Amino acid sequence: MAYYQNIFTQVQIQSAEPLESVPVPGLERTGKGTFVHLLGRIGNAQVGPIYLGYYGVAALLFGFIAFEIIGLNMWASVNWDPVQFVRQLFWLSLEPPKPQYGVQIFPPLKEGGWWLIAGFFLTASLLLWWVRMYRRATDLGLGTHVAWAFLSAIWLYLVLGFIRPLLMGHWSEAVPFGIFPHLDWTAAFSIRYGNLFYCPFHMLSITFLYGSTLLFAMHAATILAVSRFGGEREIEQSLDRGTAAERAALFWRWTMGFNATMESIHRWAWWFAVLTPLTGGIGILLTGTVVDNWYLWGVQHGIAPGYPPVHPLVIDPVAATGVTP
Amino acid sequence: MKLGPAVAFIGVVAVALLTAAMLLTAGWSRPPVHAAQLGYRGVAIGQISNPRAEELVKFANSLPEPLDPAPATGKKASAEYKNVKVLGDLSVDQFNRVMLAITAWVSPDQGCGYCHNTENLADDGLYAKIVARRMLQMTRHVNADWKAHVADTGVTCYTCHRGAPVPSQVWFDDPTGRHAGGFAADTYGMGHPTRVNGSTSLPADPFKPYMENKEPIRVSAKAALPQEGLGASIQTTEQTFSLMIHLSESLGVNCTYCHNTRAFQDWTQSSPARVTAWHGLQMVRELNEDYLDPLKATYPASRLGPHGDAPKANCATCHQGAAKPLLGASMAKDYPELGGAHAAR
Repeated sequence: MAYYQNIFTQVQIQSAEPLESVPVPGLERTGKGTFVHLLGRIGNAQVGPIYLGYYGVAALLFGFIAFEIIGLNMWASVNWDPVQFVRQLFWLSLEPPKPQYGVQIFPPLKEGGWWLIAGFFLTASLLLWWVRMYRRATDLGLGTHVAWAFLSAIWLYLVLGFIRPLLMGHWSEAVPFGIFPHLDWTAAFSIRYGNLFYCPFHMLSITFLYGSTLLFAMHAATILAVSRFGGEREIEQSLDRGTAAERAALFWRWTMGFNATMESIHRWAWWFAVLTPLTGGIGILLTGTVVDNWYLWGVQHGIAPGYPPVHPLVIDPVAATGVTP
Repeated sequence: MKLGPAVAFIGVVAVALLTAAMLLTAGWSRPPVHAAQLGYRGVAIGQISNPRAEELVKFANSLPEPLDPAPATGKKASAEYKNVKVLGDLSVDQFNRVMLAITAWVSPDQGCGYCHNTENLADDGLYAKIVARRMLQMTRHVNADWKAHVADTGVTCYTCHRGAPVPSQVWFDDPTGRHAGGFAADTYGMGHPTRVNGSTSLPADPFKPYMENKEPIRVSAKAALPQEGLGASIQTTEQTFSLMIHLSESLGVNCTYCHNTRAFQDWTQSSPARVTAWHGLQMVRELNEDYLDPLKATYPASRLGPHGDAPKANCATCHQGAAKPLLGASMAKDYPELGGAHAAR
């Protein structure tokens, strides 16, 4: 029992032999599996056997092609210099086409063509991996909750890189590939469209995002705290409440007057996680298509308060002088 | 509960990560950090400063002693000396005072011989003399015609040169490294961290488009609902963003020095400094076009950039990390010789 009193994982989940696990008719898994002690410190020590299947292999292949196109173009942007490639790796970028190419399918390779090809392969890879995830779940007789949650993330990805650019009529509206480039894109996107903080769907997405982390911390802490009473058997306890469930519930009722149940907490967590990219995607989809400047929209709808001026009134010098800005 | 070792472990990890981040990445400063309120209370419009950094800026902006004033009366320089094309309206005393001052400001180590053939001071043989003559015209033009930006503070040679023949902050075309070319994707100058773009992935050269080609800087949507056409692209927005980082870094100020960052584009919520900055951008465009670019043919190759272009000015050329160059000290008032003459093109 003392195992659970530490905030780090104390129990190595290792059996004498790698487990074959449940047989699934018609499916052969590759390899026998092995144990890795370090992985056992953060999860199950057993690695494999693994099942990839046609969808998994295709997804990995397509993902690899996208990865190579992005990486090689980044490397070319520093003239194949290996040192600069490593130094600037997080900054390097593969940019979408310029506005003049609209939503052409074949702009010149060097002016966005590679971006489109990489995007095609990455999207195909993600969708194939989604199919694989769905089929793994049904083959094991599970519900498909994980696949639908993953689809919510794919929705946001597709809105950013495909659906919204199509609606706007310009691939140039899409996100570049790259670690910092996609973050700088996000900042520029908000500036161009008048501050996303005033977009109600952005507000919802942030609420669900931060809410997810809060729920995750509350739930994880609660279960660890009652694990000495068998609280880790959450599913059983949702139907047959034991002292762990009673104490956890009582703790939260004393703390905040209300408590989730062993079942409902998982529905809370699932919906918060799923709604984060779902609402975020709606916000992105509306930006530029339906609303061009979220701050001014916020002023019109009474969600952007004014405050007293601290400077003498400043007038746009273009209005004052008539010069081009 | 064995929380002690765990907390200690987390603490050690956090300290190690923070130390590594401080050593390996740019832009960190240790406390104290001061914030001065610039906007309405509670809206986080403030100017961040660090006394150590301010000390450095103060030191970098210490002023040279002004030379004793010279009387404006007496024989004109144009009557006394040959081949005086810009400062002929000064008295001989004033003229010599300016020459002494320029030597101290621009070529203290090289002396008069940096610009002049010391055998014949009127000779135009040295390129530096041609450049200096044009720079004197530029200085007088700025002091006379750009009061909207330099006010009565004005500028002198020292504002940019600070004792060096070439100001430390000038720009050339295309500063980023070489691209492999061919059919590999063009990044439009993005994806390379530099001092100019504040170590971001934003375009590394905001100068060519805005300070030479005069492309429109404004990118934010002007109305709540979409209007005709695409408006500014995201890549253009990133270019403007890079320019604004240059302004911020050159002046040592936050975005909120000029903008209310909840609505960057709104002038009525901006500080008066934004108007001054706007005139500064117009000024630097004009100076590059009329004064600095055309000197390309005058310079020797060693003074030109990697693409054969002349050194050009941006905000940092004068400001050098201070919101007001030389921390607002007016050297120009000690040198009336450099003011008051309108553009001579």
